[in-house]
Amino acid sequence: MAVLELDRLTRHFEIRPGLIERRLHKAPTRYIKAVEGLNLSVGENEILGIAGESGCGKSTTCTMIAGLLEPTSGDIRYRGKSLVGLEGEEKREHHRRVQMIFQDPYESLNPRFRIVDIIAEGPRALDMWSDAEILDRTEAMLDGVGLNPAKYADRFPHELSGGERQRVGIASALVMEPEMVIADEPLSMLDVSIRAGILDLLKGLQRQRRFSSVYVSHDLSILGNVADRLMIMYLGQAMEIGPVEEVVRRPKHPYTRALIGAVPVPDPRVRRPVPKISGDISRPIDPPPGCRFAPRCPYADASCGETFLQLDTTDPAQHQAACHRLHLLPDEGL
Amino acid sequence: MQPQRETVLQVRGLGVRYQTRQGPVHAVTDMTFDVFANEVFGIAGESGCGKSTLIRALLRLLPDNADVEAERASYRGQDLLTMREDEFRQRILWQEISLVPQSAMNSFNPVYRVGDQVVESIRAHRDSSRAEARERVAELFDIVGLQADLMRSYPHEFSGGMRQRAMIAMALALDPGLIVMDEPTTGLDVLVQERILRRIREIRGEIESSIILITHDIAVIAEMADRIAVMYGGELMEQASAIDLFETPYHPYTLGLNNAFPSIRDIGGELISIPGSPPTLIGPVESCPFESRCPFRIERCAEANPAPVEIGEFHQVRCFRTDEPEELRRLAKEKSTWRS
Repeated sequence: MAVLELDRLTRHFEIRPGLIERRLHKAPTRYIKAVEGLNLSVGENEILGIAGESGCGKSTTCTMIAGLLEPTSGDIRYRGKSLVGLEGEEKREHHRRVQMIFQDPYESLNPRFRIVDIIAEGPRALDMWSDAEILDRTEAMLDGVGLNPAKYADRFPHELSGGERQRVGIASALVMEPEMVIADEPLSMLDVSIRAGILDLLKGLQRQRRFSSVYVSHDLSILGNVADRLMIMYLGQAMEIGPVEEVVRRPKHPYTRALIGAVPVPDPRVRRPVPKISGDISRPIDPPPGCRFAPRCPYADASCGETFLQLDTTDPAQHQAACHRLHLLPDEGL
Repeated sequence: MQPQRETVLQVRGLGVRYQTRQGPVHAVTDMTFDVFANEVFGIAGESGCGKSTLIRALLRLLPDNADVEAERASYRGQDLLTMREDEFRQRILWQEISLVPQSAMNSFNPVYRVGDQVVESIRAHRDSSRAEARERVAELFDIVGLQADLMRSYPHEFSGGMRQRAMIAMALALDPGLIVMDEPTTGLDVLVQERILRRIREIRGEIESSIILITHDIAVIAEMADRIAVMYGGELMEQASAIDLFETPYHPYTLGLNNAFPSIRDIGGELISIPGSPPTLIGPVESCPFESRCPFRIERCAEANPAPVEIGEFHQVRCFRTDEPEELRRLAKEKSTWRS
């Protein structure tokens, strides 16, 4: 059974014009349609990667999954139970079960707390165990992320390197014994030589402690390495989903093809073809009802601006793209 | 493409030390390299490796607590470090060597039109009328792929990619012989990055400048650079043609970086990280800076800092173990080698 299901999940943000604009120019309220009609299911112990450029709605989606933002419409179900309108004890329990790992290890740790107190803060706030047990688990967790407790427990964040801080971030998420971990660009602030170590750590801990993950990144090379399945988003809509190898090696959707074709390859002999895409990314402010990629798509026709093909999540293993002109596209595997 | 051998920038034994309360920080030590005419010279390195300090030293943009020393640092025969400050600013900076800074996002004044800022920078150095300068800016905007009517826009109306392109236009304005680009696409989305890198490649065909491209992104440097220098702990660990650096690397750090960098063409391939973290560079350097993280270290590595070894034309490696490259390359591919 799916751990997490998103059912036509939608989130709009209002942009209210200023008083003068409203009174004098009768400016209407506009909406940023950050996430529109997203269908998705995440299975037990699965790592789902979400990729897309800035403004594609990947972080808004994560915030809703974590229960920190209510959807405008649609539903999020966690183990079959809707999160919409969740309150009190149930909400607290959701916040424990779903933990986040943040992008910036320099900003996300309280600089006045010792490492041991940073990790113990969550369990203490929720009164999860006795004080002694919390300390034991904190030390075990430090050990689990590769930091020697005797050496690190009493230090402050500023005494740690970026990679060590990110390990602390991971420890403070996992000490809560989550069932799902949401990682929003957890490597982007780290140096190349230590990224692989953090990635290994996350993958190892997942095997060992068995949780599901939603892993968000703009870096397709990293997602290709960590994720089981991959979803590609563009301006709030899901464009493609499927097993990671399928999506990266045989992308279907015109946007996915352009995106993957634009990723630089660490080999000086490779010459990539020019991605087939025109124009610049816009913002999803009152977008037309159809496919939001249509204005930049070399294969679009008039109908693309009117209707958008939703992904269907009944079979999670299926590789599918939200494009009704796929049959017209040339076959171009990597 | 074989780079022409005319030397544009010559650097010999350049060092930079910052005086801090914790003692002197040796940010850059004994850097020696050349940049030839009409080539892209890539400098790869992680944060704190000294790559930004190096170019700030060459452009004389370092703060007061930095001491620069060099046997030689010259641009087409003119010494960059001993030249009078006003002469350097008037004749070299922007005229001969220009910079696309790391945070091009914030490099424009928010209250002036972007076009006017480029016009002013031309008029500050060249005796040209406003109309002539405007015409030049329109031409530059076209080169970097911005529509001419965007000259009248303000920086906040530009996206990150557009600002970056405008910054490149500014750097091209006075036909410099050398353009330094410090992480020109870091923080941009992949499709925007692709377009800017392609534009830079196209520009190379149209202008006569050399480019120093500084980045931590191994894939970007592989695609763009003719020759690559790898920096670590303030030193140049290895330099070679791009092909040689990727196909016959010698330095353990280069080997480690290649292992650690994921490729979209190798889904599910094993990534291996380099254990440990970079040195703090406080105090004098008496060993190889990579020694503490290197799986191939021998006793000598802790006792002395190796001098660069000449492997072939343009290929230099700072390591004591350059006589056994095949063995090191083979061992470096095994994950167990890199366990600390």
